[in-house]
Amino acid sequence: MTTQHSAGVRSGIRLAQLEEQGRAALIGYLPVGFPTVDQSIEAARTLVANGVDILELGVPYSDPVMDGETIQHAVDQALEAGVRVADTFKVIQALQDLDVPVLVMSYWNPVLQYGVEQFAADLSAAGGAGLITPDLIPDEAGAWIDAATAHGLDQVFLVAPSSTDKRLELTAQACHGFVYAASTMGVTGERTTVGAAAQSLVARTREAGAERVCVGLGVSTAQQAADIAGYADGVIVGSAFVRTMLSDEPWSKQLEALGAVAADLAAGVGSAQHTTP
Amino acid sequence: MTSSLDHLVGPYFGEFGGRFVPEALIAALDELEQAYRTAMADEAFVTELRRLERDYTGRPSLLTEAPRFAAEVGGARIFLKREDLNHTGSHKINNVLGQALLVKRMGKTRVIAETGAGQHGVATATAAALMDLECVIYMGEEDTQRQALNVARMELLGAKVIPVTIGTRTLKDAINEALRDWVANVDNTHYLLGTVTGPHPFPEMVREFHSVIGTEARAQIQELTGKLPDAVAACVGGGSNALGLFSGFLDDRDVRLYGFEAGGDGIASGRHAARFSGGSPGVLHGARSYVLQDEDGQTRPSHSVSAGLDYSSVGPQHAYLHDIGRAEYQPVTDAEAMDAFALLARTEGILPAIESAHALAGGMRIARELPSDAVVLINLSGRGDKDVATAAKWFGLIDNDESAPGEADQ
Repeated sequence: MTTQHSAGVRSGIRLAQLEEQGRAALIGYLPVGFPTVDQSIEAARTLVANGVDILELGVPYSDPVMDGETIQHAVDQALEAGVRVADTFKVIQALQDLDVPVLVMSYWNPVLQYGVEQFAADLSAAGGAGLITPDLIPDEAGAWIDAATAHGLDQVFLVAPSSTDKRLELTAQACHGFVYAASTMGVTGERTTVGAAAQSLVARTREAGAERVCVGLGVSTAQQAADIAGYADGVIVGSAFVRTMLSDEPWSKQLEALGAVAADLAAGVGSAQHTTP
Repeated sequence: MTSSLDHLVGPYFGEFGGRFVPEALIAALDELEQAYRTAMADEAFVTELRRLERDYTGRPSLLTEAPRFAAEVGGARIFLKREDLNHTGSHKINNVLGQALLVKRMGKTRVIAETGAGQHGVATATAAALMDLECVIYMGEEDTQRQALNVARMELLGAKVIPVTIGTRTLKDAINEALRDWVANVDNTHYLLGTVTGPHPFPEMVREFHSVIGTEARAQIQELTGKLPDAVAACVGGGSNALGLFSGFLDDRDVRLYGFEAGGDGIASGRHAARFSGGSPGVLHGARSYVLQDEDGQTRPSHSVSAGLDYSSVGPQHAYLHDIGRAEYQPVTDAEAMDAFALLARTEGILPAIESAHALAGGMRIARELPSDAVVLINLSGRGDKDVATAAKWFGLIDNDESAPGEADQ
């Protein structure tokens, strides 16, 4: 891997490379410090070893309103174990030998209290690619956009099926890297079906000017991943991974299960008839 | 400080407020703001709201002088704005009726709400019954056990009460769950938020629905005393009763405004809900305001004998009034509040809500420093019937281990 002076591999570059190979990306979410900081590093490595193309590391937060039960429980455990915001940068640094973009997902208050400029500087210095902000809309994000731009970081905002065309345009313009399309109206968590709303949202978001759109919320099976990989630039999976780490099995077994889920989803993504424009 | 503070418009109050919520909710917040502004400009809506306030709530609420209470304090004359006499027993009904009317206008059929002790949940269930809306109340599991009687009350009114078993299992987690429900069901559901916090337009809208308190009080106090009060006092959890009363006096710069937050076991103990004395600016539940938090921005749990003040953040307009110095915020400990509770009961024959007892204790502090011809106006935001078990335990009237009426056998 080449030495970077600022941020690590940007997610947009990786999505473009995969596009050339004719496939979408599998993006894997894990909370930092769950179950411990070192184990979250091992878990991230396991995801990459089993076909995950881009990592999304969640900063544990006491009030995660966009997350369903699986991730809430994991994050609660991480906080109880004493995880700190700064641990996020340690985990990113420990993953720098892997050639994958590492995005951070954080609710806004931990970033605000860390210091917006300091957070951007430390994220960039650690080799992170950028930040996904589930409760920060572009309208409120002036300080973050300035800091992220100065440090060459991806800025990933969300769109939802309820977003108006005007808001899709605003959000598409504000995003760097990709636009995160929430597949359904709801919170994170595995669902048996990902509705048709996702495909139409991706199409609307592209029409609004977005170059790259990845879909998250509710994806847990290879078939769902394959379907979404057919029309989106990336498939984002979280709860299906985290669930394997909430079991009572020994850690080695949990990692095995995590790897198996990742490999299955990666096969799903790889099997898709990818028709991204 | 010369520009008017009356009817301030969101989303920002100085640097506080905003809309720090998932994009999925923005369309609903835009729709709500639009509906709210249209409704407030519509004479038919305002007339219907005033009719409900008069015929259903029982407004105007009385203004009662408390001479025996004031004599014990020694100082200024003390007047009580009697929101405790409203239907459902607190100021909460003012906001709930306004929002429920808006829900009907928006064509939504389901309301959800958070509740701590149950007062806002009971008020919401009441309005939902009155206006034929499906009603779901989120309540921390701990609170459902401590307030079993209020759970029954909501269920009798036709609401479904969902105990929240995640996180700290208290009010802040009930709000998280309500927000999650709203994201998933926003098509047919309105989140009937109970106080002047949350994303825009809630802080502005809820304040306006409570401003009737201040409008009435301003006229009543002048009629009774021939002048404006020297000081106005209210308790501040989220801060809706306080902003309602303050609304009548924001531009009367000679009227001092005091908000009293829950000091719990004392600021030094760390067990309190004093956001201004023990918190710092941050974002929680959609608004930038003062928040009890650690250095990583994780919300710190609050503590108070009063469930209604037991919340880790505060309305953004209070944060603004605090920072510009228009209102002063002080903590009142559990012990001070309970002393004031007992004193009002014995001197005036009124059992206040423990929330309101914080305003009484703070008001006593102010009145003591003033001459006998000065006037202190205190918002008696709710009645104390719901707090009899807590008070009886506090004063040793029943055994601490004994299960009191209104509490589950846990």
